[in-house]
Amino acid sequence: MTILNDPVNAKLGDRAQLSYIASQAADARLNVELETEGMTLNIGPQHPATHGTLRIIARLDGEQVLWAEPSCGYMHRGYEKLTEVRSFPQVTSLINRIDWLGSFANEVPFILAAENLMGVEAPPRAQWIRTILFELSRIANVSLFLGDLGVQLGAITPVFIAFRDREYVLNLIESATGGRFHPNFDRIGGLKDDLPAGWVDETKVVMKKLRNFCDEIEALLFGNEIFQSRTRGIGVIPRDVAMQYGLSGANLRASGVDWDLRRDQDSPMAWNKVDFKVWTHPDGDSFARCWVRLQETREATKIVDQLLDGIPAGPVMAKVPKIIKVPEGEAWVSTENPLGEMGYYVVSRGDSGPFRVKIRSASFNNISITPWLLRGVYVPDIITILASLYFILGDIDR
Amino acid sequence: MAQIPGMVKGLGVTFKTMMRTFKNGSNTVQYPHEKEAPPIRARGVIALHEDNCTSCMLCSRSCPDWCIYIEAHKELAPPRREGGKPRAVNKLDRFDIDYALCMYCGICVEVCPFDALFWSPEYEYSEPSIADLLHDKSKLGEWMETVPAAPELEAGAEKKKK
Amino acid sequence: MMSVLAIEVPYWGQSLLRVLGGLVAVLLPAGTIVYVFLFKMMSFMQSRLGPMEAGPYGSMQLFAEVGKWLQKEDIQPDNADKRIFRMAPIVVLMSTFLLVAVVPFGPDAWFTDFETGVFYALAVSSISVLGILMAGWSSANKYSLLGGLRAAGQLIAYELPMVLAVVGVVIQAGTMNLQQIVLAQNAGSIFGSDIVGNPYVLTQFVGFVVFMIAVQAELTQAPFDMPIAESELVSGYMTEYSGFRFLIFFIGEFATAGVFAMIASTLFLGGWGIPFSWFGWTDMDSVANWMNVAGPLIVFTKMMVLVFLIMWIRFSSPRFREDQLQRFAWKVLIPVSLANIMVTAVLKVAF
Repeated sequence: MTILNDPVNAKLGDRAQLSYIASQAADARLNVELETEGMTLNIGPQHPATHGTLRIIARLDGEQVLWAEPSCGYMHRGYEKLTEVRSFPQVTSLINRIDWLGSFANEVPFILAAENLMGVEAPPRAQWIRTILFELSRIANVSLFLGDLGVQLGAITPVFIAFRDREYVLNLIESATGGRFHPNFDRIGGLKDDLPAGWVDETKVVMKKLRNFCDEIEALLFGNEIFQSRTRGIGVIPRDVAMQYGLSGANLRASGVDWDLRRDQDSPMAWNKVDFKVWTHPDGDSFARCWVRLQETREATKIVDQLLDGIPAGPVMAKVPKIIKVPEGEAWVSTENPLGEMGYYVVSRGDSGPFRVKIRSASFNNISITPWLLRGVYVPDIITILASLYFILGDIDR
Repeated sequence: MAQIPGMVKGLGVTFKTMMRTFKNGSNTVQYPHEKEAPPIRARGVIALHEDNCTSCMLCSRSCPDWCIYIEAHKELAPPRREGGKPRAVNKLDRFDIDYALCMYCGICVEVCPFDALFWSPEYEYSEPSIADLLHDKSKLGEWMETVPAAPELEAGAEKKKK
Repeated sequence: MMSVLAIEVPYWGQSLLRVLGGLVAVLLPAGTIVYVFLFKMMSFMQSRLGPMEAGPYGSMQLFAEVGKWLQKEDIQPDNADKRIFRMAPIVVLMSTFLLVAVVPFGPDAWFTDFETGVFYALAVSSISVLGILMAGWSSANKYSLLGGLRAAGQLIAYELPMVLAVVGVVIQAGTMNLQQIVLAQNAGSIFGSDIVGNPYVLTQFVGFVVFMIAVQAELTQAPFDMPIAESELVSGYMTEYSGFRFLIFFIGEFATAGVFAMIASTLFLGGWGIPFSWFGWTDMDSVANWMNVAGPLIVFTKMMVLVFLIMWIRFSSPRFREDQLQRFAWKVLIPVSLANIMVTAVLKVAF
């Protein structure tokens, strides 16, 4: 590490990190001299900071974590098995409960996989509306993260501001799809329905509000010196480690890896029709992860704005038989969901329902790095790191 | 330092929000006293138009958690034309939806080939007892009054073939 | 205090009046703070209305809450050290009541005219640490233990800058008697102009800032709410408390906020007084008798202004980490307040 070799000329942020490392080292020395008894702290499964039922077993020395391990499965709902006894149209109503904050985004990869197997492609209008709703659910998801981040770090106000402004997005999703959280709007071959009149103009107004929300959160939280001192240099994931642990989404981009499936992958969605920036951050610390998400929310509002201007006219449903039978075959489709890469491996045996579905959800891989990341940090940093890694319990346990 | 410290900016945000709430009122609604109208497409409760139902069981079969219970018997109805044969129709005995199980996915409404099921945005039907959430066909029929007309579609949409 | 009434009251009557006055002086501000700031201001800052149903604009909400807490089961964990567990909230609340005893509310309206009032107030305020440590230890809960230990470390660390910040005031006023400090501020003058008297918030601004930060930490309000830290330690030392005992902690928290704000307003904002030059008063004896009635209201107003500051910061900032908090106390606040003492002492001798 360069700052250890040259501490005098280090930048301010690096110095904070350096002093943190030094204090940890000093603590370690002290602990060798004074034999102290450790303590095992169970954070969860019922705990205010785990947004669900994640359990972190932490072995503490004072307030310092010797090792920590996540223990998940308290909310396992068995989606992979449930899908096997459902028909293809029924599956979407289940799987949008996996990541319950960005639920429309869960349906898309599954539907794309089924379409892949059937050899149909949604008409362009359906693709554009899908992309818009996908980005809206990303905004709804990540804006709540930005508010929740405040709560995890002890600020109460951001979460209410986030709930307030997420409400506008949820209203949009509801007026288009009928479901606030669980749209179930995607169908094999297109969408259930077209957009209601006036929706486009309304969305543009809301996107302006959301950009304003991003500015407010930036002023309230990201600019705050306490927030910066709590997150900068905490939970640093180097580039190689992030790739080794299979992180995806903003967690990976915050470690400086320029990887975004929306841009890098050719999928029947409208992302390649608009230009957007993929934000990365070189630091890889908690602040970087939060900052990348903030910028992504901004970018998503811009993507929605661009898409709204160019929705092509036409049908929203391709020609598909009324009773859907998916031909034999296997397909893997993944998309860049709010939490990271989410993919479905669908195996069909020619029935009306899938034979086997493997769900790759982003959060499960994202929290797998926690034992590596939590070693040596303080108890408050556990919360910071977990908050900045950003997982949804349903996405971990499925 | 030319820049305003971040903490002071944060204080400004909260103060501005407070003044805005004072002036323009809050973003929340005092629920039992005033209500927000849900969007037209909102999936609140399923209404049944009993006359249209032919007890074809499509909705019951396509429900992902099988919360629709249908029972019917065959009945002879008077012939359509003078002197014709009496028709055999399915008479609905029981059409229950268990809202304790329902996931509000809307598949039943979508698959219904005879326009017997509709979504209504009505949402105030919570019950103290879970058994009361099983709505029978008369109760489902009452919801028909609250079903709104389908909304206009956005420009560029293809007109539905009727 | 008794000369206000201009009638002879027997000693037991005086004591009774003092106890009642103390109850009012602690509970009334606590209730007002909870309603005005915790219920209403926080809600407005978050684009919502807060409690609206109980009474007009929810003003009776607090009574409803108290009623709810009183009804709740008094849960004591099996492994808890029961006696200490029961004592802890009372110790915390006790320090608040002891603290209010030295706050002057008018020229004659005080509970005790204590020669070393400042010293007493700062000493007594740290008793609450004991209560918190007792609560944390006796709960037999790891979160409580961590919270209690954090609280002890934090309160002791911030006791020091608080004392040092007050030393500047004491040097400038030349007395440790709170009543005399009020007199010195209102009868004083800055650079020969006595229009606003000499509130020490102007001359001791650094001391005021340090004192308010230390108060924020003493009260364990965000950004210094490490001991409670609901997202990390569930509720810190209060985790295992419920019902009435939790209520006492709750009252203690906000009553202490009120009392500390009263002490801060006495030390830095001129306390119960208004600049004496406005009415041509010169010393304590010439102050009109109606100040005994107006004084408490003035203290109350000043207290509300200071509590507004405390709460405003509480509602808009995230919390420190424990080590950052300690570093801030020992490396920033204490040197600053020491420098403040030095400058004050030099200037005091120079002028």
